[in-house]
Amino acid sequence: MAVPIAAGPGTGGDLDGQSFKPDLERIEIELLLEGIFRHYGFDFRSYAYASIRRRLWKRIEEEGLSSVSALQEKVLHEPEMMEKLLLDLSINVTAMFRDPGFYQTFREHVVPLLRTYPFIRIWHAGCSTGEEVYSMAILLREEGLYERARIYATDINEVVLQRAKAGIFPLERMQEYTENYIRAGGKRSFSEYYTAKYGGALFDQSLTKNVVFSQHNLVTDRSFSEFNVILCRNVLIYFDKTLQSKVHGLFYDSLAMFGVLVLGSKETLRFMAHEDCYQQIAPPEKIFRKVR
Amino acid sequence: MSYSIVAMGTSWGGLAALTKLLAGLPADFRLPVVLVQHRGKDSEGLLGELLQDATPLQVCEAEDKVSLTPGVVYVAPANYHVLIEQGYLSLSIEEPVRFSRPSIDVMFASAADTYLSATIGVVLTGANEDGSRGLAQIAARGGKALVQDPKTAEIPIMPSAAIKAVPSAEVLPLERLAPRLLELSQEPTSARVRRAV
Ligand SMILES: C[S@@+](CC[C@H](N)C(=O)[O-])C[C@H]1O[C@@H](n2cnc3c(N)ncnc32)[C@H](O)[C@@H]1O
Repeated sequence: MAVPIAAGPGTGGDLDGQSFKPDLERIEIELLLEGIFRHYGFDFRSYAYASIRRRLWKRIEEEGLSSVSALQEKVLHEPEMMEKLLLDLSINVTAMFRDPGFYQTFREHVVPLLRTYPFIRIWHAGCSTGEEVYSMAILLREEGLYERARIYATDINEVVLQRAKAGIFPLERMQEYTENYIRAGGKRSFSEYYTAKYGGALFDQSLTKNVVFSQHNLVTDRSFSEFNVILCRNVLIYFDKTLQSKVHGLFYDSLAMFGVLVLGSKETLRFMAHEDCYQQIAPPEKIFRKVR
Repeated sequence: MSYSIVAMGTSWGGLAALTKLLAGLPADFRLPVVLVQHRGKDSEGLLGELLQDATPLQVCEAEDKVSLTPGVVYVAPANYHVLIEQGYLSLSIEEPVRFSRPSIDVMFASAADTYLSATIGVVLTGANEDGSRGLAQIAARGGKALVQDPKTAEIPIMPSAAIKAVPSAEVLPLERLAPRLLELSQEPTSARVRRAV
């Protein structure tokens, strides 16, 4: 295939305007996702289309192929290609204390609620490599709540969960994380929480004493407990509205009355069937309390 | 088919240019405008507020899955990519592209692939080359490419790169961009069809 010079990575498609057939490509993509689901069991059928398409084209171009159908042939016949594609499709970007304002607000508005509970159950859905989980563990420890908390950290992807368990994050990001930590209302010196080891920053292992990491697929798995707090940030943005709505049903069923649901800072409950069941605490942060 | 969406990108000098441009669009402008302006990763909704003061159009920060409404300007939030879907927007936090998140290229390419020849892409002042690949994608899909004349840009790098990538782009001084967008937005259906043939 002539590599289209003008196309950015993953923008995809034949750049000859005349021959791009978006409707046909949509059929190809739906067939591919259906095939992946039926053959391998991974269900990407209701993921947000533009993003899935972008990731598929990245793989197509890297393999020197020229259509979704050509990729389908390989993916269905070569498990190694499916593995590569899985990595492409899973977007695991994350950070410690991402959106410091959220953690600050959590300290001010949610921690007082949590103090009234003898025991706190927290679910991080889509925790990726765990940076968010360690951030929450640090916050809870500083607020004196860690000992009565249990955190369930789940993700669809086993590889990232292993990294989360190891708790070793890139040293070169510590400066950024330290700044985030301070702006998030951190009360100590961030460097107390890690030591430089194994070519990275190894986090204090006692932070995961009360954490259970386990695989869970939000699309196909069911509720597994009742929680006081559910955090699912920057995960639902990869789903279409119908799937978002279904997963909100799962969260609603998994949340105790007056429990707290946290979404990513640019996500909303608007247009969701469960919108009326929640009250937003301290906007603009996306912290919602289940009230009915 | 007439135009359905305006995709706009800028970085350095963007605020001043956008303030001028958006001030020139009427309240009843009939296309949604999606805007990527590079800025610090923690800058909150301030850009939206500044722009709102300058234009009769409604300005809002893009939230995930928000529906595209005519005459509304959607500003990409700091630290997220914006992808254009049929009738709505999706966000992503995947890696920066060419050091940018939000990336103009990513937003433009998704506009081109979703709205095809009904897309208008606009590149304004900026100090890097983001946007040029995406604009080429818009042109390749039969859409309209508009570029601020580098001579009228605070920093000419971004528009110059866009012109190099899309030699067929219409190059206009800043003050001509709003009137041209208005004209394109009103372009009668038949004219577009004829040109596409
Ligand atoms: C962009 S990361 C978000 C990480 C973190 N919550 C944050 O905001 O920084 C998205 C995560 O969602 C996970 N994910 C995607 N689909 C999933 C599913 N169906 N069930 C559970 N996790 C999923 C991905 O594996 C990835 O780790």
